Amino acid sequence: MTAHQRTAFSGGGASPRAAVRAQEIRGVSFPAEDERGRAQRFREAALPHLGDVYTLARYLLRNPADAEDAAQECYLRAFRHFDTFRGGPIKPWLLAILRNVCRAEYARRGTLAAVQADGMDAAADEVAESLWGEASPSPEAVSLSRFDAETVQRLIAQLPDTFREVLVLREINDLSYRDIAEVTGAPVGTVMSRLARARGLLRDAWLAEEKGS
Amino acid sequence: MTCDEARILVHALADGELDAGHAREVEAHVAQCDACAAEFAAAREMKQALRAAPLKFAVPASLATRIDRVVPTRASATNRRALLKGFALGGVASALAAASVTFVVLRESHDDRILGEAISAHLRSLQADHLTDVLSTDQHTVKPWFNGRIDLAPPVIDLTAQGFTLIGGRLDYIDGKPAAVLVYRRRIHVINLFVAQGLGPAPATPSLEVVQGFNILRWNEGGLNLLAVSDLNREELEEFGAKFTAAARAAAQS
Repeated sequence: MTAHQRTAFSGGGASPRAAVRAQEIRGVSFPAEDERGRAQRFREAALPHLGDVYTLARYLLRNPADAEDAAQECYLRAFRHFDTFRGGPIKPWLLAILRNVCRAEYARRGTLAAVQADGMDAAADEVAESLWGEASPSPEAVSLSRFDAETVQRLIAQLPDTFREVLVLREINDLSYRDIAEVTGAPVGTVMSRLARARGLLRDAWLAEEKGS
Repeated sequence: MTCDEARILVHALADGELDAGHAREVEAHVAQCDACAAEFAAAREMKQALRAAPLKFAVPASLATRIDRVVPTRASATNRRALLKGFALGGVASALAAASVTFVVLRESHDDRILGEAISAHLRSLQADHLTDVLSTDQHTVKPWFNGRIDLAPPVIDLTAQGFTLIGGRLDYIDGKPAAVLVYRRRIHVINLFVAQGLGPAPATPSLEVVQGFNILRWNEGGLNLLAVSDLNREELEEFGAKFTAAARAAAQS
């Protein structure tokens, strides 16, 4: 290889800083245009899922203002790391990022609250484990009365984190078990048993609400 | 199947997540076990009850605005305003500015299409078992194959000694124009090298872009547009481009 060709092929973005940049064109001088193209591709792929991202944030954080912050942070991170997205459906990838943002928010909300939440979940997990070990009573054959969306949302919001998350991902975000496993970092078998437990808990809360109302 | 297993699996059945074999097994268990049948009915009922209510939250307008701020729109408001201002001022400068904006917009979408089609062709070649029309590691077999099939003579270079094995050639279409494709392999990675004319204004110096996770290297050589697509990492793809060009120049001079 001649010196001339070496120059030609190593020109442009060989500096370390350029290498870290999310996307680059080497050796040409249209970086701004390509950045726009990249933003456009990202918008086309990711924006249709904003409703799902915001909804999951609302259920995970149980607070509109925090959910809005989390969704914005999610899109900021996703845009920054768009190059690491390796194709396939983008929704699980976005929801996984959102879940990480929400977990950081749990931590930020203070150690005390986090400890309480964890304790609650650990207790709930234990209950779930023990219930599956025993012959728990089978659900009574009563039909669930219809509640308005707000009531159902409140009932779901009261579920412990671990179970709320899989239930929302399945029933509201409409993800497959495999995708839920990817988003939550839990094996598919665990997703399945958590979901079964989540429906049981929600059913109990539902029936209690009927009695109370 | 035990009831403990079935109690969980009926949920997967209700969710349509079981393969046919497991679905049959669970259905058989449910048919002869009242407790698991009740669990299955409860799961389905819960799914129905949840479907009946609109449980998604509407995205607030303020959030959409905030995201526009984080991820710039293609024709952002400021750009449009600047363009209108240019027209209002009149004169040659604004006309030139407007023309260049139009040029950029057209070029960009044309470019996007070419890159998109190159990636589609690359994916097609891997999926449909149609990687090569002429399967040969011999450049003297591959080069003549293109005679009469396309109105250009692609530089066919054997780079086996440099670590890129020529495995054949193919005729493909990019942007409605025929393109000669040379197929190389580096370890398990396939490189499709498209050689054509009029593949947009390819840069004077080689440029590397990432589209849909693929690396695309574009350059011009001997009046032809070259475009290499691969999942190979960018350093090695650039190495490929450099070696190909060096060998092509050497071959042209000899």
